[in-house]
Amino acid sequence: MSSTSHEMTLSARPRLCAHARLQWDPVREKQVILMPEGVLALNATAVAIVALCDGQRCVADIITTLSGQYNRTVDQDVLAFLNRLANKRLLDVTDEQGE
Amino acid sequence: MNKASNRPFGLLAELTYRCPLHCPYCSNPLIMSSPHEELTLEEWSRVLTEARTLGVLQLHLSGGEPLQRHDILEILAQARTLGFYTNLITSALSLTPTKAEQLKAVGLDHVQISIQAAEPLLSDRIAGTPSYHRKIAAARAVKALGFPLTLNIVLHRHNIDQIAALLALAEELAVDRLELANTQYYGWALHNRAVLMPTWEQLQRAESVVRDARIRLAQRLQIIYVIPDYYSRYPKPCMGGWGHQQLTVTPNGDVLPCPAAGQIITLPIENVRQRPLTWIWDDSPMFNRFRGLDWMPEPCKSCPRQTIDFGGCRCQAFQLTGDAAVTDPVCHLSPHHSIVEEAVREVNSDEEISDLVYRR
Repeated sequence: MSSTSHEMTLSARPRLCAHARLQWDPVREKQVILMPEGVLALNATAVAIVALCDGQRCVADIITTLSGQYNRTVDQDVLAFLNRLANKRLLDVTDEQGE
Repeated sequence: MNKASNRPFGLLAELTYRCPLHCPYCSNPLIMSSPHEELTLEEWSRVLTEARTLGVLQLHLSGGEPLQRHDILEILAQARTLGFYTNLITSALSLTPTKAEQLKAVGLDHVQISIQAAEPLLSDRIAGTPSYHRKIAAARAVKALGFPLTLNIVLHRHNIDQIAALLALAEELAVDRLELANTQYYGWALHNRAVLMPTWEQLQRAESVVRDARIRLAQRLQIIYVIPDYYSRYPKPCMGGWGHQQLTVTPNGDVLPCPAAGQIITLPIENVRQRPLTWIWDDSPMFNRFRGLDWMPEPCKSCPRQTIDFGGCRCQAFQLTGDAAVTDPVCHLSPHHSIVEEAVREVNSDEEISDLVYRR
């Protein structure tokens, strides 16, 4: 089990870390992730990805679910966004395969 | 014409100027408003409500020492109810395990603790009071409760050679973020500039240690290193632009684009006791004076970096030249750059160094 900043694998099970908070901002009319000394405003795709980061689903499950919803291939979008969150240390990740 | 196009993300709430420390680089003004003028709990409640309506998401509770407010828990509880991400910026002297638990219970999100050096002798000398051991104990208590923790050290010529030890300390305390922030010369720090500014050689060594540590600790520790702008070729993008992302409310309710802007005596200061926060952000002469790019003189006016550094710092321009509307003298293109060069030259010569003047 690792906690931060490795390249995301398909078997990884991510969720937002305790230091980060997902919240609706009525002023900007956007979902935002709040963190120490930072704010990340999310677009619709990002919101959909974060909503599936529950620590249970693996990245492959998230990709399958979203590919179905959007009716297109989303692999690279999902991996790029999750890697971005991981590099900001916003994810707790369990990965049985990676141990 | 310069009306706000943006909603602010961050509010620095200076709850009080009272502080148990006496750091000679304190960013508070040399002449501070009296504790009798401090905003009340009810007034802060109104300010925070207005700030949330204005769009502020990050609330930095600072001072002085914010824990000197007897109503700090009520202010925090209110802030969390309103939906802020709350950050307590503290000297940690009164941050006992009990106090830390109370702060956790009302929903505080993040703690930033300052230390003054990597060991007690120098740390206590810079702080002007015995404090190091209590700060370290507080850092451990905060981490034990699961708070994300930032350790902040203001760097200057007396402690910058301790960066390796500071990194080791941060690692040992398992802090999440380490801010190694070279002194910026405002307020008390400007007063003590000749005694605080590091030499060129010190900076070279420090930056090399930081570079190595960033690679070694990449997975574990976020290291923020703030350069001393007197040594840089271009100015810093101060506050991400004037009246663009941040605002400050001082203990007596003055509203400023940054904590130092009160010293620009040519700009009329608005106060939350007289005006709504939204009007001050959107319409006040102070916030609109240096918004955007229209105010810029040469060399900024025709400079391709104008959208990168926004002309640098207005307060620094004012305090070094008497005119807040000129290019930050730190920029090597500024017609006033010789002022900065002279200050740097003095520090790097063998001239005698005077004593620190402590904040009182």
